[in-house]
Amino acid sequence: MAQASEHKEPLIHLSKRTGVAPLRAWLIRLAAVALGLIVCGLAAMLLIERLRDNPGRIGEFYYTFIKGSFSTSRKFWKFLKNLSILLCISLALTPSFRMRFWNTGAEGQTLVSVLGCIAVDFYLGGKIPEWLLLILMFIAALACGAVWALIPALCKARWNTNETLFTLMMNYVATFLVSYCLVIWVANGSSSLPKLKTGKLPTIGNDYLLIILIVLLLAVGLYIYLSYTKHGYEISVVGESVRTAQYVGISVKKVIVRTMLLNGALCGLAGYLIGAGLDQSVTVNSVGGQGFTAIMVAWLAKFNPLVMIITAGLIQLLNQGAAQISQDFNVSGAFPDVIVGIILFFIIGCEFFINYQVHFRSRAGQEGRSVK
Amino acid sequence: MNMWLNFLIDSLAFGATFMYGSTGEILTEKAGHLNLGIPGIMCMGGAGGCLVLNAIGKSGLPGFLIVILGVLGALALSMLCGLIYSFLTVTLRANQNVTGLALTTFGGGLMKVIMSKMDATVYLVGPKMLYRWPFAGRQDSLQCLGVLFFLAVIVALAASWVLFRTKVGLHLRAVGENPATADAVGINVTKYKYAATCIGSGIAGLGGFYYIIDYMASQEAYLSLEAFGWLSIALVIFALWRPHLTIIGSTVFGFLFSASSFITNISWIRVTMATKPILQMLPYVVTILVLVVTSVRNKRENQPPQSLGLPYFREER
Repeated sequence: MAQASEHKEPLIHLSKRTGVAPLRAWLIRLAAVALGLIVCGLAAMLLIERLRDNPGRIGEFYYTFIKGSFSTSRKFWKFLKNLSILLCISLALTPSFRMRFWNTGAEGQTLVSVLGCIAVDFYLGGKIPEWLLLILMFIAALACGAVWALIPALCKARWNTNETLFTLMMNYVATFLVSYCLVIWVANGSSSLPKLKTGKLPTIGNDYLLIILIVLLLAVGLYIYLSYTKHGYEISVVGESVRTAQYVGISVKKVIVRTMLLNGALCGLAGYLIGAGLDQSVTVNSVGGQGFTAIMVAWLAKFNPLVMIITAGLIQLLNQGAAQISQDFNVSGAFPDVIVGIILFFIIGCEFFINYQVHFRSRAGQEGRSVK
Repeated sequence: MNMWLNFLIDSLAFGATFMYGSTGEILTEKAGHLNLGIPGIMCMGGAGGCLVLNAIGKSGLPGFLIVILGVLGALALSMLCGLIYSFLTVTLRANQNVTGLALTTFGGGLMKVIMSKMDATVYLVGPKMLYRWPFAGRQDSLQCLGVLFFLAVIVALAASWVLFRTKVGLHLRAVGENPATADAVGINVTKYKYAATCIGSGIAGLGGFYYIIDYMASQEAYLSLEAFGWLSIALVIFALWRPHLTIIGSTVFGFLFSASSFITNISWIRVTMATKPILQMLPYVVTILVLVVTSVRNKRENQPPQSLGLPYFREER
C-alpha cells in the first residue's frame, strides 16, 4: 500500500538561497575566473599556432597576460586610464540598472556627448577664452547625454515603451549622427577630424591623473547617493516593485525620468573625459564598444559602485593582457574579445551557484543531499 | 525602369542577411528570451560555414554536397552558440542582456581570429558560384540571387506558419507571454526555450554565412558583419514579431542601406557625401518610431512578448 502511493522524486531539485556569506560568494567567483582562465589557455592552444606546435610555452602565455598591464609604468598608467573611462560609463549606468531600467544605450549616450563637446570645441575653439570653452564643452556634453537618455525615459514613463530595445537603437542613431557631422566638418572628405588644438582639460601630475581622480570621486559620490539618500532609496523601491512604490506614494514616472537624466548626464561626463580629457577629436569609435562592456561591468559588481572598481579592473586587465598576447604571439587584434567572452561566460554562470542551491536525490529517497 | 528593378533585386538579396537574422531572433524572443548575442551568433555561423568550405572548397566534391556541407557547418557553430546562451539563461537563469552581450563579444572576436587565418581563394571563389545556383553566370541582376536567398524566404514563411498556425507555435508563444501559466498547463517550458533559442540561432547563423559567402563574397566581408546583426534585432521590432513581415522589412532596410550609392545615378536628386549617413540612420529611426507607436496604441498582438527578458524559476512567486 505504502509503496504504491510513493512518487518519484526528481533527480535534481533547485531552491533559491535566502542569503549567502560574502566570503563564500567571492570564493565561488574566484574559482569561476580561475576555471575560465584555464579554458582561455586551452582556447589559445587551439587558436595560436605557436602554442599549438609547442604547448610547453603556455606559461609564457599567462605571463604575457600580466605583462600587458604592469611591465612598464606607461602601460600601468594606460591601464588606469582605460579602467577609469570604463568605470565612469559603468557608474553612469548604475542608477538606472538599480531601478531595473535596462539601459543598453550607454554607448550612444556617451558617443553623442563626445560629439556635443567636440562640436563646441570645433565651432568656438580659439574664439573664446580656454576656461570658458572648457565649461561650455562640459555643459554641452552633459546636456547631449541627458537628452539621449531622456527620450527613451519619457516614452517608458508615458507609454511603457520597451526601454532595452529603444536605448539599443539610439546607439546607432548616435553613430550615424557622428559620421554625418564628420562629413560636414571635414572638408577633404576623409571623414577623420584631426586633433583639435583647443579644449584640452588641464593635467595634474601626468596626463591621466586628473581623470582617474574624477572617476574615483564619482564612484564614492554615487555610492553615497544610492545608499544614503532619499533618491537612492526611491530608486531601489521602484526597482524592487513598481506597485510597492505606487503604494507608498512614490511617483514612479518622476523617478524614472530623474534617474535617466542622471544616467545620461553621467554618460555625458564620460564623454567629456574622452573628448576634452583625451582625444580632442571624435570618430564613430570614440567609445569603442565600452558602452556595452560597461553593462557587463556594472552587472558583475551587482550594481555596487565601489565593487565596480574591481570588476572594471578585471575586465580591463583581461583586455590589455590579451591585447599584449595578440601582439607578442602574432594573432588577430580581436583575440581580447575571445578571452573576455570566455571569462564572462564563467562569471555569469557561477552566479547561479551563488543564488541557488542544488539538491540531488538521495539514494535512500529521504532528505535530499545538497551540494555547494 | 530597369534600373529600379535591378535595385529592388539587389535590396532583396542584401536583405536576406537580416531576414535570416531577425527570423532567428523572433523565434528566440517568442520564447521570452531577448538574445542580444545574435550579432555574435551570426558571426559564428559565418565562421563555421567558411571553416568547412576552407576544408572542402578545392576537394572536387559534387557541387550540391559542398553547398549542403557549408550550410551544416554554419548551423553547427551557430547552434552551439545558441546552446551556450540557453544553458546560461535557461538552466542557470543568468541575466539575458549580459549573457547576450558576452556572446556577441565572444562570437565577433572568435570569428575575426578564425577568418583572418583563412585563405579566401579557397572558401570563396569556387563555392560562390555554387551558392548562386540556378542564376549563376547570368548577365542581369538576377545573378545575385541563389539557393540561400530562396531558403531565407522559405524559412521566414515557414517560421510564421509554425508560430501562428500550429499547436507548437501556440505553446511557444504561451511560454514567451507567461511561462508560469504555460508550465501549469503542462507545457515543458525548458524544452521550448532551449529548442526555440537553438533553432533561432541556427537560422541567424545562416544569415552570417550568406552575407560572407554569397551576398558580399569578398575577403573583407566578415569585418562588417557584426553591424548587420544589430540591424537584424532592429528589424524584429519593425516586423512586429512576425517572421513573414521580415521579408518586406529586410528589403526596406536593404534599400535604405544601399540607397546612397544608388541615387547618385539619379539626376534629379541632389546627393552629397552627407546623405549616406542620414540614409543609413533611417532604419534605426524608423524602428524607434514603430516601437513608440506600437507602445502608444498598446495593442497586445503588436507588443513584445510579455515576459521578454525575464528569467523563469518555477518556485519563485
